[in-house]
Amino acid sequence: MTVTRAPAESLSVLDRPNSYIGKTVPRPNLDRLLQGRGQYVSDLELPRMAHVVFLRSPHAHAKIVAIDASAARRMSGVISIVTGRELETVITPWVGVLSHLKGLKSAPQHAIAVDRVCWQGEAVAAIVATSRAAAEDAMEHIAVDYEELAAVTDMRTALDPATPVIHASLGDNLAFERTLDAGDVDHALSESEVVEAEFVFGRHTGVTLEPRAVVADWNGAEARLTVYQGTQAPHMVQNIAALHLGLREAQVRVVCKDVGGSFGIKVHIYADEMATYALSKLLRRPVKFVADRIESFNTDIHARDHRCRGRIGVRPDGTITAFEIEDLTGIGPYSMYPRTSAIEANQVVNLVGGPYVTPNYRARARVVFQNKNVMCQYRAVGHPIACSVTEGLVDLAAAKIGMDPVEIRRRNLITDDAYPCASPSGMKFEQLSHHASLAKLLQMMDYDALRAEQAALRTRNIHRGIGIASFIEVTNPSAAFYGVGGAKISSQDGVAVRLDTQGSVICQTSITEQGQGSESLTAQIVGSVLGVSMDRVRVTLGDTDNTPYGGGTWASRGAGIGGEAALQAAKALRQNILDVAAAILQSTPAGLDIVDNRIVNADDGASRIELNELARIVYFRPDTLPPGIQPELMATRHFVPRQYPFAFTNGVQASWLEVDTETGFVTLLKHWVVEDCGTIINPQLVDEQIRGGVVQGLGAALFEKCIYDERGQLTNANMADYLVPMSGEMPDIDIGHVVSPTLESELGAKGAGEAGTAGAAAAVANAVNDALRPFGATITEIPLTPQVILTALGRI
Amino acid sequence: MKAAAFAYARATSVVNALELLAVHGDKAKVLSGGQSLMPAMNLRLLSPEILVDIGGLAELRGIAMRGDVLVVGALTRHVDLLRSPEIALHAPLLRDAVSHVAHPAIRNRGTIGGSLAHADPASELPACVMALDATIVARGPTGERRIAATEFFKGIYETALSPDELLVAIEAPVTGQGSTFFFQEYARRHGDYAVVGLAARAVVAAGRFSDLRLGFFAVGDRPLLAAAAGKLINASVNPELLAEAATALTNELDPQEDQQATAAMRRHLATVLLRRCVAALLARPELATGVAK
Amino acid sequence: MSAPVSLSLLVNGEPIDAFVLPRLNLADFLRENLKLTGTHVGCEHGVCGACTVRIDGEIVRSCLMLAVQAHGASVETIEGVSDSGEIADLQAAFRERNALQCGYCTPGMLMTAQDLLKHSPVPDRQAIREHLSGNYCRCTGYQAIVDAVEATAKTRAERRT
Repeated sequence: MTVTRAPAESLSVLDRPNSYIGKTVPRPNLDRLLQGRGQYVSDLELPRMAHVVFLRSPHAHAKIVAIDASAARRMSGVISIVTGRELETVITPWVGVLSHLKGLKSAPQHAIAVDRVCWQGEAVAAIVATSRAAAEDAMEHIAVDYEELAAVTDMRTALDPATPVIHASLGDNLAFERTLDAGDVDHALSESEVVEAEFVFGRHTGVTLEPRAVVADWNGAEARLTVYQGTQAPHMVQNIAALHLGLREAQVRVVCKDVGGSFGIKVHIYADEMATYALSKLLRRPVKFVADRIESFNTDIHARDHRCRGRIGVRPDGTITAFEIEDLTGIGPYSMYPRTSAIEANQVVNLVGGPYVTPNYRARARVVFQNKNVMCQYRAVGHPIACSVTEGLVDLAAAKIGMDPVEIRRRNLITDDAYPCASPSGMKFEQLSHHASLAKLLQMMDYDALRAEQAALRTRNIHRGIGIASFIEVTNPSAAFYGVGGAKISSQDGVAVRLDTQGSVICQTSITEQGQGSESLTAQIVGSVLGVSMDRVRVTLGDTDNTPYGGGTWASRGAGIGGEAALQAAKALRQNILDVAAAILQSTPAGLDIVDNRIVNADDGASRIELNELARIVYFRPDTLPPGIQPELMATRHFVPRQYPFAFTNGVQASWLEVDTETGFVTLLKHWVVEDCGTIINPQLVDEQIRGGVVQGLGAALFEKCIYDERGQLTNANMADYLVPMSGEMPDIDIGHVVSPTLESELGAKGAGEAGTAGAAAAVANAVNDALRPFGATITEIPLTPQVILTALGRI
Repeated sequence: MKAAAFAYARATSVVNALELLAVHGDKAKVLSGGQSLMPAMNLRLLSPEILVDIGGLAELRGIAMRGDVLVVGALTRHVDLLRSPEIALHAPLLRDAVSHVAHPAIRNRGTIGGSLAHADPASELPACVMALDATIVARGPTGERRIAATEFFKGIYETALSPDELLVAIEAPVTGQGSTFFFQEYARRHGDYAVVGLAARAVVAAGRFSDLRLGFFAVGDRPLLAAAAGKLINASVNPELLAEAATALTNELDPQEDQQATAAMRRHLATVLLRRCVAALLARPELATGVAK
Repeated sequence: MSAPVSLSLLVNGEPIDAFVLPRLNLADFLRENLKLTGTHVGCEHGVCGACTVRIDGEIVRSCLMLAVQAHGASVETIEGVSDSGEIADLQAAFRERNALQCGYCTPGMLMTAQDLLKHSPVPDRQAIREHLSGNYCRCTGYQAIVDAVEATAKTRAERRT
């Protein structure tokens, strides 16, 4: 591990005897999941619970002329069949815009389509029945009369005057446009070699293994809705559900126990989930919706469907003089609610060229509507696009001037002593470590030896490639992400910590757990700061009735924001405990410490009183305490970053692979990542976040693509045809770290959840092109299927 | 995603199964391992009125030698083929092929009879039985009949079986020690259906093929026993001859286009497989890349 | 004709008698009728492996099997192999190696890994990857799972010698 700068002095609060910080400790409560005793929403059953299935549009764009559900209503097990028109009386429509994304527009979206469907898969009616099977039986007997409308499917022609406008009230199909012009791009390009390419990205989706699931339970007697949902942002769900059902937030409780994967898929509000809340209110009983796999493909948000034309200027000495991009993306018929579907393109503009010193940067991004499933934020939002374009261009530039891909990066990456600084797009970097990271990567992969091996194998007609990709990563978002645009999505998080009567700690946090290790990092921090062993720390998450208010777990914010709140809350409780201890022991707080679940002398470490004994006195014999003491064995603290809108991290990845140039098949041999996420709380959890993220990026690079036909039909909406990465094709991934803590928090942690996904596809694409260099073939499209590769090689 | 309702009959014998099929005709589907049928039913792509479950008919499961013929019962599971010493000795092609079929949990249920009767043109075993010159044994109301594997596959999910017949066994002639085998397929991921695959049986003597059966799959609406193999039999194989055979092969293929590959790509991959197969069987690696297209 | 059918089987060693509709698949039978929710449903068309259970000692996809097909069989689920202690060492290796994140694939992954270790006591990494290649995990990237299975195989091999 390389440390770029000394940790902040105040880190000493973590650097204590038996600290868990920086140590690999197993996550608490894993046995529940290992023994099949998890509590996923799919598993939940409530008394009188009904099941809802949605009849979904088979057309990409159509008018709903009539719905005849009379036969279906009479079928066994059917409780109710509800159309959009009927549900409209219970829940109001929404528009997915944010004011800081200037010009972003969208149309009102209903929980169930009212008179028109705008993508294949949009819900047309809800069938509520005693079982999912009974609801599906009835669904087959609902007759819907559609009048098919022309579907807008090709993003490239969506803005043509001849193309129909999906929402007439909006005037055109342009959802959002952003331009940026920094430095003097034209001048820079005029004095450089210019390389240009169009980068094409396959639309893909999250494929969480547990599909989206919700149980909504309206209790009419309490006038209260309890929503059990696999979500990353319970308080956001609470706010939105209340807003559109005409309730106060206090009337909505959101409970989120185990979640079978999220990756951004479960951070949004989906129409069918809103419909489920409303149906429960309408029918006054619990209603369960679990998307089946086909529905997941048709309705879980998609992402990454971009075509981005990029140009790079380079001088013979390797100096990169300018980047220019023209990005186009199609987001489906609506901007998602409430985070909007403009963020991805916006991130692309923000991030292209980000690792490099080049001051000249021009960008234009356009976001258009189309009659396909909605697109929105999915793990590493925009990063894979920006990284693939940037790193692809850098490699093309290097090839153009005959320079090694590593050397061109060495000459252009922002130097490690240049911080703080800003990118041409205005991103503020506190402290990054591109050069230290690259150096570490080269050492881990033994770059020179690998190059020699590659050359030797080429003589035997074996074609291997090395691909490098540097990246920057947005983590710890402040209110700049959503709050400033008017969304009630909290960027702060809160943690409450209390000592119980036996000296154990109960900790409630507003961040959520979907397997990243939120519970573990919270317990590690609280245990370390308090001097309490981790097995005595119990963490509660995912319940709006029982946690402080906060954002949840998304955009790599759990450790950096929620972790800092935990640290501050634990510090406060520690002080409170020491105050009481000093009173009991007739000492001073400064003269005491907490180590291994007991109060000790700060100087000689001698044991003074066990925490359980202190707690016993406080809770049961306060009469024995000195007068004037009111112990507070509970403390709550909140945290939000204020100085930097985002805590940028950085890293670099490398891929080593083999291309069978006769079949076009790619074999991934090895992958390396060096990442700098600041303070590492649990090395194993960080590494596993990165590995999982890399494999999502490798899926994008080689396999994943939602294939639509020209009529807007998703033709591979099942797991046999939509290819996710499986164990057989994935390589081992070596991870290294450089540590540049953020000084904005005492903890110093930045996020690590996006890093792997951000750069993996770029590294693979560069490696494939490196392997194909003797053939003069260059590919700037993913997924890199055998078909694509054979075509580029001219073999078919 | 729940299957539509259906009736269920557990057959107690082959005769009983045939009776049930006679009564219900094409409203019935035979349930063997169910590994292709169940997904289709869960997706409601298929909604038979009745399932005739033959899974319990022990008489249909097993591998045995009868003289020079290897007899494989229809209910013999993929995993049985993988582990059977008889298969390893007499028809290792089946073993090699099965290791490419889906995944262990599927191979524990899927049966050879089910796979052949399902007749997915992208699946491995139909091409194998063609390469092995096997015979399909079917039993119907009027008795038993034997159908050459080459005559059995009629199209996508179509076979020579009539709705009242049951596939009961596969018989493969055992050709002795002289035979060598080759199996390879190109699939996107482990266990996926092949983009293109080849199951081959050859007899090689003095560096020449005295026999060569090339069973290609995922190259059309049914597995194809390539006539182009004829060009390589009893001939001195050199890159030119191989190129000629490859051209002949592309001419006899009529591949489908799907999300994995265009027809042109399938033709191309078939020729790559042909070259790699011939190079492997003749132990002449230079032939694998000798014919650049 | 599509009336409930009687069904008798052993589930985790416990005799079960039930009447079920023929269309009920084994995964739903275990989850909904027996409340054994450790068997997860991920795709319902046999691709993801989350619903892997053992029938008469061999792993199967419980979404690709009707409950009535399990008549007379012995079914074992993650709950059963956990309570018996059969895979305690494998579970410990998963915990130590953080070979699970959201945990949804984990029961199926454990059933499949245990199957491999029964049939192939000391598999190499590629053999582990191949055996698990029908079990989808979106969280881990698989390496930690492969590590945990490899470590368990080694420990068991040492114990045998």
